[in-house]
Amino acid sequence: MDVLVLGAGVSGHTAAAFLRKKLGKEHNVTVVSPSLYYQWIPSNIWVGVGRMNIDQVRFKLDKVYRKWGIDFKQAKALSIHPDGNNSVSQGFVTIEYTSADRKGSTEEVSYDYLVNATGPKLNFEKTPGLGPANDTTVSVCSYDHAAHAWKELQKVIEKLKKGIKQKIVVGTGHPMATCQGAAFEYVLNIAFELRKQNLSHLAEITWLTNEYEVGDFGMGGAFIKRGGYVTSTKIFAESILSENNIRWVKRAGVQKVEKGKIHYETLDGEHHSIEYDFSMLIPAFSGHDIRAMDKQGKDISSKLFAGNGLMLVDAKYKSKPFEEWSIEDWPTTYQSPGYDNIYATGIAFAPPHSISKPMKSKNGTDIYPSPPRTGMPSGVIGKVVAQNIAHRIKDGTNEHKHTASMGRMGAACIVSVGYGIRKGLGATMTVSPIVQDWEKYPEWGRDLNATVGEIGLAGHWIKLFLHYMFLHKAKGYPFWWLLPE
Amino acid sequence: MENLHKDRGYKDEFYPPMPTRFTKRIRTNFLVQVYNFFRLNYKIMKIVIKGHS
Ligand SMILES: Cc1cc2nc3c(=O)[nH]c(=O)nc-3n(C[C@H](O)[C@H](O)[C@H](O)COP(=O)(O)OP(=O)(O)OC[C@H]3O[C@@H](n4cnc5c(N)ncnc54)[C@H](O)[C@@H]3O)c2cc1C
Repeated sequence: MDVLVLGAGVSGHTAAAFLRKKLGKEHNVTVVSPSLYYQWIPSNIWVGVGRMNIDQVRFKLDKVYRKWGIDFKQAKALSIHPDGNNSVSQGFVTIEYTSADRKGSTEEVSYDYLVNATGPKLNFEKTPGLGPANDTTVSVCSYDHAAHAWKELQKVIEKLKKGIKQKIVVGTGHPMATCQGAAFEYVLNIAFELRKQNLSHLAEITWLTNEYEVGDFGMGGAFIKRGGYVTSTKIFAESILSENNIRWVKRAGVQKVEKGKIHYETLDGEHHSIEYDFSMLIPAFSGHDIRAMDKQGKDISSKLFAGNGLMLVDAKYKSKPFEEWSIEDWPTTYQSPGYDNIYATGIAFAPPHSISKPMKSKNGTDIYPSPPRTGMPSGVIGKVVAQNIAHRIKDGTNEHKHTASMGRMGAACIVSVGYGIRKGLGATMTVSPIVQDWEKYPEWGRDLNATVGEIGLAGHWIKLFLHYMFLHKAKGYPFWWLLPE
Repeated sequence: MENLHKDRGYKDEFYPPMPTRFTKRIRTNFLVQVYNFFRLNYKIMKIVIKGHS
């Protein structure tokens, strides 16, 4: 049997590793990914403040895949043909090579099972003027973006050292952007670095966010037990911002970016702008522009993908009001409803709806975070899909022995600042489950014993530990499979 | 001299709780943090394992 994995990020790489481990050599595992490198994205934050260089957060995939016996094609998927075409009956994917030696050439790669783990397309185009290509705001979503962000930040630091005041704005660059956790971590790291160099008094730092309340993080916020009270992450996040002299603008949907100025609309329908000398804004995420074709070459993308390009899976997509949302809406096997040999994992799967409550401005603009799919669920889903495919191949059944729902699994988010054994500080946040289960936990939506929010050196150690642990695992070093996702 | 903290009670930025010196010291106290490191890792592991079957 041929198993084809599209994407070699957290989810696809995990899926490929477990597929190879579970399947005998008579089966082929192929990975298609446009970059030669695996990157540990969470550590890009350290690249963005000059604490790590890009080679500390990435490694070459070809060597690891050769060792594992996985066929690696440095290419990007262009289209999926689940029914084959007039000359081939098996499903295949058309790919275009991105490697220097074969750049631009295409190939049809057939499969018996397909895993789409292509992650998010960083959709800067959805916000006019946004992003490094426009020489306006920077990004930390990939290692090259983060390295560029650090270059730009250094210019700001130089000006501050000369006594020139600087305005720094960090947050979300689209009314429905997600990944607030990463941006939040970056803004705190900038504040930390400036404080260390005694430059804080010259910098005005603003957290600009589409969250209804700071601390929503795209998961409707959370409640934690702290100091004898059950408190909202709003208090936790605002406290961290205040302590670091960061002011915040919430309920803001960025509409347009110019050099030095960001235009945004707030939920009350008003239009504002904010000036900046340095800004890092997370773009909207969407699926990659992969098309789906039937046997005759007719476009059937709507059978495989949602409108935003993310892949449809076994979620309940029927639109319903927030009050009726339930964890049962969330997928458990990540199997395509149209084709039982196609799966989507990590950010590539289309969620049924957001986790945060949808909000509309007076002008009808949706301003609220899309649901995040962080590293932990992305890895877990990749593993579960690999286990199910391996089981189906070995047993010849359509049974899914393994399941993983965002309404049952938890997530940990560690926002860490500084660097070093004695010098850093980390805010550790865990939630369980990620999507609130109001039936099981009617009062707070989540298990209060598993939901924590704490600040301390320990969180920073965990972040450092995870960096090395996940790279160890991704490189397939001894006992990698024992390490959790 | 102007006291910048005079309007603390009226600004959003000063409404959330601020850590006391004691809280800040605990955050970097080596022994407490070693204990927290293992405690938090245990909590995270439990979440990962419980989340899928
Ligand atoms: C700055 C930052 C910090 C973060 N910090 C944390 C954190 O601390 N903790 C946490 O849990 N999560 C964190 N996250 C989120 C985490 O990185 C994501 O959840 C995770 O990377 C998602 O995994 P994925 O495999 O779905 O997508 P990705 O990791 O993005 O992988 C997608 C893969 O698909 C490939 N691809 C793209 N297009 C194609 C195509 N057409 N054909 C084939 N392959 C393609 C890409 O090259 C890539 O290899 C952070 C994210 C960012 C941006």
